[in-house]
Amino acid sequence: MSALGKLAIYGLAALIAIVMAAKAHDQPFAIQMTIVAIAALIAVVVTAKRADFDETPPDNSGYFDSVIRYGAVATLFWGIVGMLVGVVAALQLSWPVFDIEPWFNFGRLRPLHTSAVVFAFGGNALICTSFYVVQRTCQTRLALGNTAWFVFWGYQLFIVLAATGYLLGITQSREYAEPEWYVDIWLTVVWVAYLAVFLFTLFKRKEPHIYVANWFYLAFIVTIAMLHVVNNLAVPVSFLGSKSYSLFSGVQDALTQWWYGHNAVGFFLTAGFLGMMYYFVPKQANRPIYSYRLSIVHFWALIFLYIWAGPHHLHYTALPDWAQTLGMVFSIMLWMPSWGGMINGLMTLSGAWDKVRTDPIIRMMVLALAFYGMSTFEGPMMSIKSVNSLSHYTNWTIGHVHSGALGWVGMISFAAIYYMVPKLWNRDGLYSLRLINWHFWLATLGIVIYAAVMWVAGITQGLMWREYDPQGFLVYSFVEVVQAIHWAYAARVFGGLLYLLGAVVMAWNIYQTIIGRKRNEAPMAVAALA
Amino acid sequence: MFNHATIERNATLLLVLSLVVVSIGGIVEIAPLFYLQNTIEKVQGMRPYTPLELAGRDIYVREGCYLCHSQMIRPFRDEVARYGHYSLAAESMYDHPFQWGSERTGPDLARVGGRYSDQWHVEHLTDPRSVVPGSIMPAYAFLARTDLKVDDIAAHLKANRDVGVPYTDDMIANALVDLKAQANGDGEGLAGLQKRYPKAIARDFDGNPERLTEMDALVAYLQMLGTLVDFSKYTASENLR
Repeated sequence: MSALGKLAIYGLAALIAIVMAAKAHDQPFAIQMTIVAIAALIAVVVTAKRADFDETPPDNSGYFDSVIRYGAVATLFWGIVGMLVGVVAALQLSWPVFDIEPWFNFGRLRPLHTSAVVFAFGGNALICTSFYVVQRTCQTRLALGNTAWFVFWGYQLFIVLAATGYLLGITQSREYAEPEWYVDIWLTVVWVAYLAVFLFTLFKRKEPHIYVANWFYLAFIVTIAMLHVVNNLAVPVSFLGSKSYSLFSGVQDALTQWWYGHNAVGFFLTAGFLGMMYYFVPKQANRPIYSYRLSIVHFWALIFLYIWAGPHHLHYTALPDWAQTLGMVFSIMLWMPSWGGMINGLMTLSGAWDKVRTDPIIRMMVLALAFYGMSTFEGPMMSIKSVNSLSHYTNWTIGHVHSGALGWVGMISFAAIYYMVPKLWNRDGLYSLRLINWHFWLATLGIVIYAAVMWVAGITQGLMWREYDPQGFLVYSFVEVVQAIHWAYAARVFGGLLYLLGAVVMAWNIYQTIIGRKRNEAPMAVAALA
Repeated sequence: MFNHATIERNATLLLVLSLVVVSIGGIVEIAPLFYLQNTIEKVQGMRPYTPLELAGRDIYVREGCYLCHSQMIRPFRDEVARYGHYSLAAESMYDHPFQWGSERTGPDLARVGGRYSDQWHVEHLTDPRSVVPGSIMPAYAFLARTDLKVDDIAAHLKANRDVGVPYTDDMIANALVDLKAQANGDGEGLAGLQKRYPKAIARDFDGNPERLTEMDALVAYLQMLGTLVDFSKYTASENLR
């Protein structure tokens, strides 16, 4: 598109946003539209400054890596923001003095935390690694010119609108799909552009076969599109206000939401990151994928089975029993492809296991796969109705989610970024391998503390809620159970802080690498070979 | 003989097949809920929210109450003892969106209506630890200081009707009148409110008759939660699913 065309579109967008802000029915919506207007005006200024009206053809040789460099930095930035908000939310549950009404109460910070880590950190990691992987495995430049830039900046705008919206009290109250109708529409536009860039890059590949990592990325992108559109169907009260009412109600709405919610885990946090695993683990280990056949079975079985698992979030609720049972059965079956994927990743290291000792990036990948295996065993177990009757509504679920999110998603993303950054900035290695080792141990200790205390807290809650005395009365009031797990809430803050600290160490390491420094340190290889 | 390489060499085929494979589960599990007659139990007493209750519910959603409080009592002995009759699908049939929740950092609220006085709710929301020592709930004192936005309440009812809640023209036309009648509790309009919304409780909920605040709306919503269905006329054996 010509620079003039772009200027016209951005200018028009700014104008519309200003009019909507002026005419808004509620103040939060006015603030959101002001943010949109500012973003559009920034786009106008940047486009105008960069405009080359002589239309000299841009340099389109080689890979399109500048957007990936931005993506890697954005991943780290949002990761630290999201984890910091998580630590604050954990503090609030330990000591409510940290709640600052109305904008920083727990109820508004919690979606900020989940969206920041899942969609801002995880989403940026997925977008930038998928752009990296698809170019290298297809031996071609990203398709559709600067559309990749639109995807990147459009996605950042989505994050900013969602995040500020939560603090202003704009939410649909659908877990992991809290943004309101206008932000959902915007994300749909960005996501379709993302799918187009990815798909058209596949179309012009120079390799005959599509590499397995791209199957997972493609399935993730297209399934998220489907889930996002269906789960967010709603009718706005006004096109000049933020509030909408969901199309479905009650039991149908509940299952639609958890069909979405569980597959936000299954496709956003699993399939996409498996794509990452299938590229970066073999690259870093310098070994081919263990089994091509297993990859095929893993892929089709995983994407087919995951989508059925949603009802296990609604065991013993008013959802009809047949749907609950179906959800449980498929959740248990899901254990198999999950472990198939873990085995395929871990066995790729066969013959290279010594690298676990010398290469901290490999060590991170192994830990990620180990946590993937653990949480994909724990998940099916918790989906068994009798287990779920104890675990549901407790902190056990929170611990389970975090062992997957911190252990699997976090660690595999960190490893991928450590792998990419020296190549993206053309450095001959990272600033420090020993700092990766620090990151590894801080993060590991953080996860272990977090998961262990939440597990204990959850089982404590489940047991105390149902405890009867010999006369047949409930033993504990609700608040006594809250007080009984106070220590666990406090210990969780500590675990989360360690994990955050690890990410800060990483940010320092990456920053030094980008500016081109190399730390003078002893090599990682263990000296004592006895 | 089928060869997977066919799919691996064709991005369009890979895309289409993936989409087909991921569509099946959702279609089989979700679609029947819309037409199986026994999905929602037959009960007596369910009615749409009054305008004031709806406004209160919007505040409940806005503040993310559902993140710590479920509204879904499971059919277990201890839950029924602690919270009351297990929840029915019919009880959330007008909930756009549902508020079942997924976590009990705080207790279930599906049947909190009528359990505490209005004054208790106002004090609890203003300073939770003044009435429940050891509570970790955030304070919501600002609700009592914030005027309820009422000018577009009819539009909210209309949007609910668009998604299937049986609000009548009469209800939408009188939305603002009904809202004020319920929050005042003594003035005119009470008869109309009771006719349109049977069993609606009308009174000044926040203890400050001078102002119509967000606290009025939220407490009105909390006080009706779980009180609509007439369980004396409900037979579980006729509603097996």
